[in-house]
Amino acid sequence: MAFTLNVNGKTHTVDVPGEMPLLWVLRDKIDLKGSKFGCGVGSCGACTVHLDGKVTRSCVTPVSSAVGRKVATIESIGDSKLGQAIQKAWLDADAPQCGYCQAGQIMAATALLTSTPKPTDKDIDTAMVNACRCGTYGRIREAIKMAAGMPTADTREV
Amino acid sequence: MAHDMIPNTAKARKIDASRRGFLKISAAAGGGLLLSMTVACATPGDTTGAVTKLGATKPAAPLQKLNIYVSLASDGTIRIMGKNPEIGQGIKTMLPMLVAEEMDADWSKVQIEQADFDPAFGAQFAGGSLATPMNWEPLRQVGGATRLVLLQAAAQKWGVPVSELSTGPSVVKHAASNRTVSYGDLAEIAAMLPEPDKTALAAVKLKDPKDYRIIGKSVKQWDSPKIVRGVPIFGIDVTVPGMKYAHYVKCPVFGGKVKSANLDAAKAMPGVTDAFIVRQSGDDIMGLLDGVAVVGDDWWSCKEAAKKLNVVWDEGAGASYSTASFDSQAADFAKGAPQSNLHKKGDPDAAMASAAQKLEASYSYPFLTHAPLEPQNCTAHVKADGTVEIWAPTQNPGSGLGLVTGALGVDKSKVTIHLIRCGGGFGRRLSNDYMVEAAAISKQAGNIPVKLLWTREDDVQHDPYRPGGYHNFKAGLDKQGNLSVLTNHFVSFGRNGKTLSSANLTPTEFPAEYIPNARNDQSLIDANLPTGPMRAPGSNAICFAYQSFLDEVALAAGKDPLDFRLELLANPSSAGPARGNRPTFSPERMTAVLKSVAERSGFASRGSLPKGTGMGIAFYYSHSGHFAHVAKVKVEQSGKLTVQKVWVVGDVGSQIINPTNAVNQCEGAVIDGVSQLYQKITFDKGRTQQSNFFDMPILRMTDAPQVDIHFHITDNAPTGLGEPALPPVLPAVCNAIYAATGKRIRNLPLTAADLRWA
Repeated sequence: MAFTLNVNGKTHTVDVPGEMPLLWVLRDKIDLKGSKFGCGVGSCGACTVHLDGKVTRSCVTPVSSAVGRKVATIESIGDSKLGQAIQKAWLDADAPQCGYCQAGQIMAATALLTSTPKPTDKDIDTAMVNACRCGTYGRIREAIKMAAGMPTADTREV
Repeated sequence: MAHDMIPNTAKARKIDASRRGFLKISAAAGGGLLLSMTVACATPGDTTGAVTKLGATKPAAPLQKLNIYVSLASDGTIRIMGKNPEIGQGIKTMLPMLVAEEMDADWSKVQIEQADFDPAFGAQFAGGSLATPMNWEPLRQVGGATRLVLLQAAAQKWGVPVSELSTGPSVVKHAASNRTVSYGDLAEIAAMLPEPDKTALAAVKLKDPKDYRIIGKSVKQWDSPKIVRGVPIFGIDVTVPGMKYAHYVKCPVFGGKVKSANLDAAKAMPGVTDAFIVRQSGDDIMGLLDGVAVVGDDWWSCKEAAKKLNVVWDEGAGASYSTASFDSQAADFAKGAPQSNLHKKGDPDAAMASAAQKLEASYSYPFLTHAPLEPQNCTAHVKADGTVEIWAPTQNPGSGLGLVTGALGVDKSKVTIHLIRCGGGFGRRLSNDYMVEAAAISKQAGNIPVKLLWTREDDVQHDPYRPGGYHNFKAGLDKQGNLSVLTNHFVSFGRNGKTLSSANLTPTEFPAEYIPNARNDQSLIDANLPTGPMRAPGSNAICFAYQSFLDEVALAAGKDPLDFRLELLANPSSAGPARGNRPTFSPERMTAVLKSVAERSGFASRGSLPKGTGMGIAFYYSHSGHFAHVAKVKVEQSGKLTVQKVWVVGDVGSQIINPTNAVNQCEGAVIDGVSQLYQKITFDKGRTQQSNFFDMPILRMTDAPQVDIHFHITDNAPTGLGEPALPPVLPAVCNAIYAATGKRIRNLPLTAADLRWA
């Protein structure tokens, strides 16, 4: 079945089953491989994209439900000033280890800073639920605050 | 080995074409030239050019190859090959730093490219925290020898002796005539000079560490600019022309065989081009096992079609395995005489009989799965001409090569393995089952290139698991409260008296050599399960058991847990077990890190903490690293646990090569250790009961403690950091839980523990 999608501002038409997850349409049909497969059940967040600006697990989102909505992936995140600031902060904090989760983390962070430009540590904990198997959470927390132009100290109770 | 890294080969060089684009030329093992197509962006071997900021840059001029590691362009670009697999440990960035330092390179002109698997590079694997100790000297020698060639090139250009020349960042200087020439301007001459031979390599005079400009400075990971833009650089991202996708269904019981499958039903599904049974090859339980492959135009369609296969399995002997049975066998073993003795010192029985105070406790921990975030995958093309090309996210290509040549019956000279960035390793990708599966499927599908991808469920249920284990401790204290005897009956897993992979205990496990009487015994539960190394194998869980029980002993002796450990370390009766040429356990180094971590964490003033908040301490020596940790936890009356902070002090020698990455590795080890407290793998009817992150949780941001890392610098050769910071995390946290609640954690995972207090 043919579906017309708006991905990163471009129109793509794909002929796939309607229940095919958006992740696999992006990766295997449109050749946008930045969104990653980690669990297939919407848990780890490696596949995170924005649907009309909202954080969405593309591995459990049928392609049919993305029709008529704006899909944004990591490949377009540098198109905005905020996205650029986040990418730069990620590099300045030297956040990645293996790097596999980081596209999803950056998508989650961009959505967070769009809605909450100056997040508290609690805001970060609530919004940043993606898994990082390498354990780079401290640096992700720091990078978000750097991108927000905030002091980077961890304010959680010790 | 180290000195074979730059072969002294012919003078004439070809322009290295790989940077230019699409043809990759490398010396095949057989001696001829191997031409293979690679597609820009498809093979993430950096063929698209290095990225320095958020944009791509390419050298303006062709690269001249000076040796297998270093190529140089007339514009000054220096390309250095990263020889080892990158799994997130930062080795792709770190090893080239060693070369660049000694060749006196301007780091801003360096570009890094991942090497293929090639015997010319010597050992290429990611394991055992060995990259630093194995490469620290040889790769600096490579850099020094490259510098020497550039000096010779300048000497030739100016007609002056080498002895009058010196170097600065990417330039050669002749002080007498006040002349300077850039490395780039020497590229053509240098490329025509002979490479240094073994003698020249060994004779290279290395820099005084005080003159380092690159080593010891924080260098960010080379691939990070690509990572933050979503550039396809992982194994799962590999695409080659004509490629199909594959899903592989294996028996949920390890080693089960396919009796039948409805191949036609799967083939009839949209997007599917083929389906077939693949037969086991060899008897390696982490090798090629029986299964059914579904091949098609996209991966998801293959995975969905596999639901129609209705595979009937011959489950075999493994179907009887269950965790309940293992636990009950372990309990029975604990009551009886051990099967074997691993180590005995003094007269443990007499010491126990005469002890003023005795205590005993049993500890256990479950099997664990590695779960790197990128599920196992591999792209393989077994070509009709008999050659094989593989793009593998692997930690250990050598063992994968062995599996592939064994299963396909091809000579290793016919196989090319490209090392692709791994989305995590943790030891999982030391096993290459997925590599041989991809190769077998490519061949059977009609010699077409195939990308095999596992589901998360495949990954959780077909892992070389970290083995579970059971420790039955007894200890005796003399009248002065000194530990006079410690014994352990370790119940592990194995066959025919041999432990399964990574199911072993170091016979002289601490404190055996630091007390007058000790014994470690062993019994093995018979099981043929897939097990293997997981980050700090042979240490990660053993440390939990020993360092927790030692805390119990300290308490019984009425001693401070830090003082008790320091007293033990002050009485070594013999040196630790030798491990090749690498540093062995040093009580002096351990004493220093213990004291340091206690000071940094304020361990001495923990008495003022309110009930429900506590600090715990632990240390461990593994993979040549001496580490001591303090954890601070808060346990609410409801039992809710928060690991608030973990302080880490490590001694890995004289030089932290890349500080930002070193700290990152240790921070990750802490998170990994805390995560392990909540995880388990259990078996029933031979099947792994967990399947995905819902029942095999990975710690998330909100539960990640704050971490303080400090390196205690000593005059020892630098050693690795992938592993040794992990083991003390678990007992430090569990000892802190005891301090907070009075509840001793003897069995993992923590989820079974009731931490409520009143």
